[in-house]
Amino acid sequence: MNTLIILSALGIIALFAEIFRFRKALFPLILLGLGGAFFFTAKEYNHPQIFLGMMNFDNYAVIFSCAILIIAFLWFMMAKNYFLQETSVTDHFALILFSLVGAVVMVSFSNLTMLFLGIEILSVSVYVLAASDKSNVMSNESGFKYFLMGSFATGFLLFGITLIYGITGSFDLASIHTQVAANHDSGLVIAGILLLMIGLAFKSSLAPFHFWAPDVYEGAPTTVTTYMATVVKTAAFAAFFRLFSTCFAGVTGHWTDVLWWMVVLTLFVGNVSAVRQKSVKRLLAYSSVAHAGYIAIAVVSMGAASTSAILYYTFTYSISSISAFTILFIVSRHKGSKDISAFEGMSKANPLLSFAMTVAMLSLAGIPPTAGFFAKYYVFLTAINAGNTLLVLIAVIAALVGIYYYFRVIIAIYFKPEQQLVPIKVGPLHRTVLIITTILTLLFGLFPNLILGWI
Amino acid sequence: MLGDLKTIPLDWYILLSSILFCIGVMGVLFRRNAIIIFMSIELMLNAVNLLLVAFSAYHNDAKGQVFVFFTMAVAAAEIAVGLAILVVVYRNTKSTDIDVLNRLKG
Repeated sequence: MNTLIILSALGIIALFAEIFRFRKALFPLILLGLGGAFFFTAKEYNHPQIFLGMMNFDNYAVIFSCAILIIAFLWFMMAKNYFLQETSVTDHFALILFSLVGAVVMVSFSNLTMLFLGIEILSVSVYVLAASDKSNVMSNESGFKYFLMGSFATGFLLFGITLIYGITGSFDLASIHTQVAANHDSGLVIAGILLLMIGLAFKSSLAPFHFWAPDVYEGAPTTVTTYMATVVKTAAFAAFFRLFSTCFAGVTGHWTDVLWWMVVLTLFVGNVSAVRQKSVKRLLAYSSVAHAGYIAIAVVSMGAASTSAILYYTFTYSISSISAFTILFIVSRHKGSKDISAFEGMSKANPLLSFAMTVAMLSLAGIPPTAGFFAKYYVFLTAINAGNTLLVLIAVIAALVGIYYYFRVIIAIYFKPEQQLVPIKVGPLHRTVLIITTILTLLFGLFPNLILGWI
Repeated sequence: MLGDLKTIPLDWYILLSSILFCIGVMGVLFRRNAIIIFMSIELMLNAVNLLLVAFSAYHNDAKGQVFVFFTMAVAAAEIAVGLAILVVVYRNTKSTDIDVLNRLKG
């Protein structure tokens, strides 16, 4: 709850910064506030609090909130320079802070009302941010598509919630769990679960409900894309797993088969479409869809280890993504192009950028000793424990396809003739972000228990 | 008042709401004008509201009706944002037809 109060207060302060003219002080203030929020959230670890049956700040919520706050901290460091070039920086920061409130609600709800409100608080802010580059038609289109698909998905989610309410007479997760188990063969329960799943699959971009993701990710400003690929995805999967593990773990027969096919489709579509992309931004967008498939494997094979597998995967994926998107942002601003060709031969003049990009790509591809390897390993382990060997086989083949397109970027960096020997200017904040993310990626790859031990 | 609601069988409410919801879904999928799509989304949300109220009456439980207030408030906020984005799109493209939004593909 401390997290929510601090984040909301920070958001309101950010709005006041424009009126009272302390825009310069806002950025340090936000970093300080996020640090404070992290501290007070971490203090609630092992002290579960329940708020009127609406929110339940158990360890799951605390750990995912902490992960989201760390990612948001890195995001602010990465995005500062982009938003300072615009006039309405305070509005953007306030929107991000409010959407973080939504993300925290999504990981801590114990009532379907809060799930719905959390998703909406998160999404409405991000709709605006996706369209925030007002004169750019691509950004407009991206925001508009995101809005249309987002509210379309909300409709499905609400219909699902309503049908579940119709059977159980409650929005509370615990009583839904018992009531659903008691009425497990009712048609309304099956329809409700599937509609809820469709709504959440839209938000977490699982195929066949992923079609908006590449367009939206490509058109939105790169910083906002980073936010969508990291914080939004983490929150969406945390909410997905929290809902399905608390409410519908007793009736897995109704939904695991459907989700199984969605995972296979996501892995196939995400990886195969990424292969033929020229633009690195779109490649990362499809890779984000593919990663949603890997994470969903842990949801399909729901077991004791699923929670830590999802936490580890979303967190390390977000860290590597921030790294990759930061480099893309720096390079595309320097060269004016987001294509893979913009990266050709940059290794000699920019050793730090090249090394950080290589580590990020290796992590996304899942090659040891980076964190991405253990992320995939733990997810596959949950599937094997649940007896989903075929799914692991398919996922491994998909990961092999993934290696091909991630290595295209690495090959472009190191083995293509040099285009120019001018070093690309990297600001101190970006440099810090890249160093932190690279070190964390390698550190978590070598010592995965740093994350796994917490949950 | 709530008693009157119950003179109609619950199945009929479910059927009516499902039909309205499906009309909304079809509208979103097949209409090309952005304003009409917004209206279709509203139709989907209102079908849900109707069903929530019906369930709420049948369960003798006010929670469903409270939820409807949340839904309406959120839908209003969402449409406000959506219309703002549409105004920006219109300024740049001079059209509310979603077929002009085809720059992002591949």
